[in-house]
Amino acid sequence: MNYISPLATVATDLQPAVSVRGLSRRFGNGSPVLDKLNLDIAQGEFVALLGRSGSGKSTLLRALSGLDPVREGQISCPQESAVVFQESRLLPWKKVWQNVMLGKTGATRSDARKVLEEVGLGHRTDAWPLTLSGGEAQRAALARALIREPKFLMLDEPFAALDALTRLNMQDLVSSLWQRHKSAVLLVTHDVDEALLLADRAVVLEEGRIRAELPISLPHPRRHYDPAFVQLRSTLLKHLGVDE
Amino acid sequence: MSGAVQHSTASSVSRFAIPSVATFSPSRRKWLGRLPYRNFGRYLSPLLMILCWQAACSTGLLSTRLVASPVQILGTGWTLVQDGTLSTNMGVSLLRAFAGLSLALVAGISLALISGLSRLGENIVDAPLQIFRTLPVLALVPLFILWFGIGETPKILLVALGSTFPIYLNLHKGIRSIDPKLLEMTRTLRLSRSQTIRDVILPGALPDLLVGVRFAVGISWLMLVVAEQVNADSGIGHMMMDAQDFLRTDIIFVGLAIYGLLGLISDQCVRVLEHRALVWRPLHIQRTGNIG
Ligand SMILES: Nc1ncnc2c1ncn2[C@@H]1O[C@H](COP(=O)(O)OP(=O)(O)O)[C@@H](O)[C@H]1O
Ligand SMILES: [Mg+2]
Repeated sequence: MNYISPLATVATDLQPAVSVRGLSRRFGNGSPVLDKLNLDIAQGEFVALLGRSGSGKSTLLRALSGLDPVREGQISCPQESAVVFQESRLLPWKKVWQNVMLGKTGATRSDARKVLEEVGLGHRTDAWPLTLSGGEAQRAALARALIREPKFLMLDEPFAALDALTRLNMQDLVSSLWQRHKSAVLLVTHDVDEALLLADRAVVLEEGRIRAELPISLPHPRRHYDPAFVQLRSTLLKHLGVDE
Repeated sequence: MSGAVQHSTASSVSRFAIPSVATFSPSRRKWLGRLPYRNFGRYLSPLLMILCWQAACSTGLLSTRLVASPVQILGTGWTLVQDGTLSTNMGVSLLRAFAGLSLALVAGISLALISGLSRLGENIVDAPLQIFRTLPVLALVPLFILWFGIGETPKILLVALGSTFPIYLNLHKGIRSIDPKLLEMTRTLRLSRSQTIRDVILPGALPDLLVGVRFAVGISWLMLVVAEQVNADSGIGHMMMDAQDFLRTDIIFVGLAIYGLLGLISDQCVRVLEHRALVWRPLHIQRTGNIG
């Protein structure tokens, strides 16, 4: 595929899993949505991407996942990558386990079931997607990504449409999955707490460039009331242009 | 089978009243409980009309030369069944409808795939079909007789032509209106083009195809009526035209009833097919998704 540079084939532990160099993207004749953007994600690193609505977060993800062609700049990222979107995007006419296996040659129903159990959805293996709740559908979408054993996982506001309680459960799930699988993760979110709970590093996108980076070196599991957490939150909010 | 499947199968009892799934007791009871109250109101008025019709014929208010009485029609129907006239003619009609519909399915689906799956195909196929579709197909009858004579060919082709359009138009629309987000998802999963067509495009367009098939079935009977009444030596339509020569309104009414019955049964067949093929849709979605 054209968006993967030859660099990716000789990846070592020292090399970042994902590297973006000088990536630009504009629609029509307007100002660029992405403007010579640089970003590295280390192997096994969890990066949260923040920025106000329309700042180009999804545009960056679409370029990384190969949905949009890269015309200006370079991207290198692992062949084994997977994306989870805000909507589960399950095929309604295939049972949950068939959706999980979609496009994964050699996988069996029991493989699918195993992954579904890992995301806490083993009991809905044979369900039709339209009968799932919002949270269950996102779990199925996560399972569909996990069965591919991705080295790089992209999540585009995966919990934005869920209710607050379900979102907390899903954040726990993603945190434990990541600690087990240790793939590189890029999570797009507009929820500062979510970024601080999950990520190793928060990155703020503004006017097409990375405006701020904030390492989050708190031990897991993280607590909202931890003074260090509270401190980081106000720093991050300041970067996002919000004064408490 | 999961709970979801059982749930939607059970629902077919109340919607279509299929005896074969009547073993599902809770909804069966519900259905039976509703039956007398509901049907009483529904069938009272038609029954009353038939009674009035019979009374009018018996008292001589209506000339039986112009309108046969219900009792007469039933008797004639029974005679036609017994001497084999009805089954022969009905067999011929059914065969024509079946052959025409099969042709329409093959043609309609092929054309829709060609124009639905490629831009080039759409440019070649769609425009002529859209022009052609505005033509009343029945206006082609004289031309068809000139070209194909009065054998089976013009009748089957007329049925096929008329029912190709709804199949083509609905399937084409179905393919074109597949959620682009799903197609995007198949690209991130690196599905091949043929996998995408098989797993996403075809099943996604199936509901629209089935809607098209239901329209096609209705149109096929319409085409057949005309084709058989214009020129034929067999079939229900021919039986009715024959009866006209001998002023046998009773036979004409039997023919009408048969056409009505055939239309009803074939429509139910497609509905059952629809229900089977679309088990993945929960009940509330099925309700809004269906026509009629
Ligand atoms: N296909 C497109 N055509 C034109 N403009 C687009 C397209 N996709 C995104 N944009 C524009 O690019 C900007 C960034 O969009 P997006 O990446 O979706 O933002 P977000 O950070 O909210 O995910 C927006 O102003 C949007 O209007
Ligand atoms: Mg977005």
